[in-house]
Parts: sequence; structure tokens; C-alpha cells
Amino acid sequence: MPLLDIKNLTVSFDTSTGPFMAVRGIDLSVEPREVLAIVGESGSGKSVSMLAVMGLLPPSAIVKADRMAFDGIDLLGLSPAARRKIVGKDISMIFQEPIASLNPCFTVGFQIEEVLRFHMGMDRAERRARAIELMTLVGIAEPEERLNSFPHQMSGGQCQRVMIAIAIACNPKLLIADEPTTALDVTIQKQILDLLVGLQEKYGMGLIMITHNMGVVAETADRVIVQYKGRKMEEADVLSLFENPKSNYTRALLSALPENAVGDRLPTVSDMMFEPAPGAA
Amino acid sequence: MARIVLDARNIVRDYNVAGGLFRGGRTVHAVKGVSFTVEQGKTLAIVGESGCGKSTLARIVTLIDAPTAGDLFIDGEQVDIARHGLSKEMRRKVQIVFQNPYGSLNPRQKIGDILGEPLKINTDTPASERRDRAMAMLRKVGLGPEHYNRYPHMFSGGQRQRIAIARALMLNPSLLVLDEPVSALDLSVQAQVLNLLADLQDEFKLTYVFISHDLSVVRYIADDVMVMYFGEAVEYGPRDEVFSNPRHAYTQTLFAATPRADVESIKARLARKRAA
Repeated sequence: MPLLDIKNLTVSFDTSTGPFMAVRGIDLSVEPREVLAIVGESGSGKSVSMLAVMGLLPPSAIVKADRMAFDGIDLLGLSPAARRKIVGKDISMIFQEPIASLNPCFTVGFQIEEVLRFHMGMDRAERRARAIELMTLVGIAEPEERLNSFPHQMSGGQCQRVMIAIAIACNPKLLIADEPTTALDVTIQKQILDLLVGLQEKYGMGLIMITHNMGVVAETADRVIVQYKGRKMEEADVLSLFENPKSNYTRALLSALPENAVGDRLPTVSDMMFEPAPGAA
Repeated sequence: MARIVLDARNIVRDYNVAGGLFRGGRTVHAVKGVSFTVEQGKTLAIVGESGCGKSTLARIVTLIDAPTAGDLFIDGEQVDIARHGLSKEMRRKVQIVFQNPYGSLNPRQKIGDILGEPLKINTDTPASERRDRAMAMLRKVGLGPEHYNRYPHMFSGGQRQRIAIARALMLNPSLLVLDEPVSALDLSVQAQVLNLLADLQDEFKLTYVFISHDLSVVRYIADDVMVMYFGEAVEYGPRDEVFSNPRHAYTQTLFAATPRADVESIKARLARKRAA
């Protein structure tokens, strides 16, 4: 049974010019212990579809799906209170801007322990012990002292490690990482990706990696979904996607990588997608 | 030999951080003696992680900030803004494009006014000619005359970056400093902007100082590469030499950390995973 099973998901927003469809009928499933990458450019609906799973979209969003089940439980039929018991515990998410995702007013220790108090009902001593364990797990040196640090006292990479610690605090079955390394330096990006994939293997989590970076896809994913303007363009295992891309859009994305440049100009997506001329990008 | 547009010798920049009541001030050495030259029509890429001093160097080259020590020559002429200020001619010659096209355009100005502003401030060009030149420049960067009266919020990130590039080119500069110009853009838009930069370089014989942390972009666009680490240039040389034979340990770390998107590395990774 798939861990997450979504059939025909649509998300639309009401705007002054009528409804805007951000996600137009996406099917998606993640098996336990699988790393699924969702690739696409801004506006492809890759974040919105995952926020819909988490129930984090604003009230103006209209989410419809034929089926949206996590671990056999229908997410759309749940009461908000019942859903909050799952979100943050069995499914958790980390975001692009680590420094903005943490609350600047509280120590990182408080923010890790908050999840443990809410979902696991641990007492103070247990929480402290687990928080130290988590900080060690995500590779932060001197965890006892660092628990008392505020987010602004840590670097971006360290903040992302704290976010990961919060996300895995309750041993989730599924971790959704939304552009987890986009705001980080290349050397730190490597460390964070290694950490995420290492944790995924160690605890047998399902991992959904949302990214626009084909390099990140190549380094982490088992299976890949390529999205464009709210639609799924292609779904394939990682090797066949790079070896033998089926859709024009995937081919365009891969050839727009600077390392694949032939000659002295790069092919662009608009060359292959019959989009308006470059000026209208 | 080609003309050398930019010649920096032993550039040093220190920042003094004020102390508190019980604490003396201290000095941050942001750039510690960096030298380089760039020939006309060539691109020097400066690579490094955040805090390595690459943006400080960009500010010095753009004549926004004065170096603490060292000599800077632009088009063979020594520039020392700390002592002699900045001539209008120098202000024209060096222009900059910033990373975030959402922050670098005034949201209350129309595109036409944004493009006309450099001419209005630095030259005596009459309004009608400013308008014509702004229109012509819009076409050069792949936009149209219909965009002249629009505001920045009506454009996508890639289009805004085109506008920022157009503004930088209004004064016919010889040196363009590009501070992470494509980091905030999507892959396909990034390709378009890189192509545009290459076209403009060919057409106007522009010299680029290209600051980036993305090695795949650097490999594509640069002639020379300089790798910075904690304020020092740890590696400097022609692109192919740096990429094929990185000498400094930091450069090697940087190359090893860059994700690879070729089929062989994916096969190797999957094999490792199965074996584990």
C-alpha cells in the first residue's frame, strides 16, 4: 500500500479575475522508504500540491481530489483537529528559508521540545533528552549549549539542521522537503542533502523532495515527477528520466542546464515548448 | 594584445566594527590583498560561499566602496574614490546588476523612467532622446516598446532581470559587474538571461565581472575564474585550468559538493545504494 496516495488533485484560488488553477489534476503516490522528487519551475504547482497535503493552504484555496489518503487514512474527510494530530507527527515538512521558518522569539531548544510536548506528551526531562538526541542526530556540535541559542545566533545551514530535527522529532513516516537547500551554499547544500538521505535510509521514511535543481534530483531521488503549469509532464525512475526523457519539457529542462551546453548558447525551454518569445518569459 | 579594462592590485578592505562600553572595537578583514586583471570582452567569474568577500570586492570594483589599500585601474586610469571622488566618466564606465530583480527596481517608477534615469542624472540628453534610447534598449534585451509604460510588478523575475540589465547598459559602460544575476531565476529563464548576456557581450564588447556560487553557470560563462575563501583568492586562472586541475583544497571541496546531473553519476549512486 502506498504511503501517500493522491488521485486527481486540483487546487484553485479565487482571484478578482476568476478562479486560478494552480494544480490541474495531479496523480501522485509515494511508497514507504521511497525518495520521490517533484521538479518544476516557479508556478508549476509543486509546492502548492504538497501544502494541500499538509493542509497549510490559506482558506481562499479550494482543494479537490478524488482521493487523498495517507497510510490508508482519507485526509480530506478528517476534522481539522484530527488532521492536526497527523500533520507534524506522521507527515512533516521543511521549507526553503530555514531562518524564516524558525520563530525568532524562542530558543531552538524550545521549538524542538514544543513538537514533542504537543504530539508525544513527553515530560520535561524526556523532552530535553530527546531534543539533545535529535540535535546530535542532525549533526550539531555541543547540543546541550546550542539548545539555548536563538535562531539568529546560528548560520543558515545550522537553522536548516534544526528544522530537520523538528521535522523528524516524532519519527514521521513521510517527510516533505520543499526546496530545502535553495538558500544555502553549495558545500552546505551537500551536507544537508547527505543528512536528509542518510536519515531517510536510517529510519525508512518516505521522502518527497521538491526542487527546481536537476542536480539535487540526480543526487537524491529514486523516482521523479516533472510538473509544468500545474500539470504532470512526466513520471519516471531517476535513471530513465535522465537517460531517456519522454516529454519535450523534461528534455528542454535538461538541455537548459549550463553543463550540457553545446556551442556557445544555451537552448531554452521556449525553443521547445512553443511558448511566446523569450521577452515574455 | 587586448586592452585591459580592469586591473586590481592588492586590494584590501577592512571594516571596523564599533565596540561596546566594555569592549574594544575590532577589525574585520573582508578582502585580504586580491589582484586580478580582466581584458576587454572577457568574463572573470568570482566564486565563493557567503561571507568570503566576493560582494565586498564587487562593491569596490563598482566604485561604491573604497578599498582600504591597493590600487584599482579602470581603462588604464587609476581610480581612488576615497581621495579624489568619482568623475562622471568613471560613473558611466562601470555599472552593476544585482541578484534580486524584485528589490533592485523602484516599484513606483515606470520601466521607461527607470531606464531614462541614468541618462537624466549623468548626461544632458533631452527627454525625447532619452525616450528613444530607452525604447531601443528595451528591444535589445528582448522586451518591447509596449513595456515602456508598465510598472515593475507587472513583470516576471526573468523580465525584471532583463530590465535591470537594460538599465545598466543605458550609459554604454565598458565594465559590467554582475552580482549573482541568475541565482534567483528558474532554470529555463536562467538560460535565457545567460544567452542575453552572451549576446550583449559580443555586440558591445562588454567586460564582465560575474559573481556566482553556481559552478555550472561559471563554467559556462567565464573565461577566467577566481575562487575566494575567507577574503583571499585561493585560486585564479583560466577557466579550463581551474576546472581540470583545481589546486587548492577549498576549490576541490567546492567541486566535490556540486551536484552532478549526468547519467554516470546517477548510475554510480544507485549502485552504491543497492550495495548498502
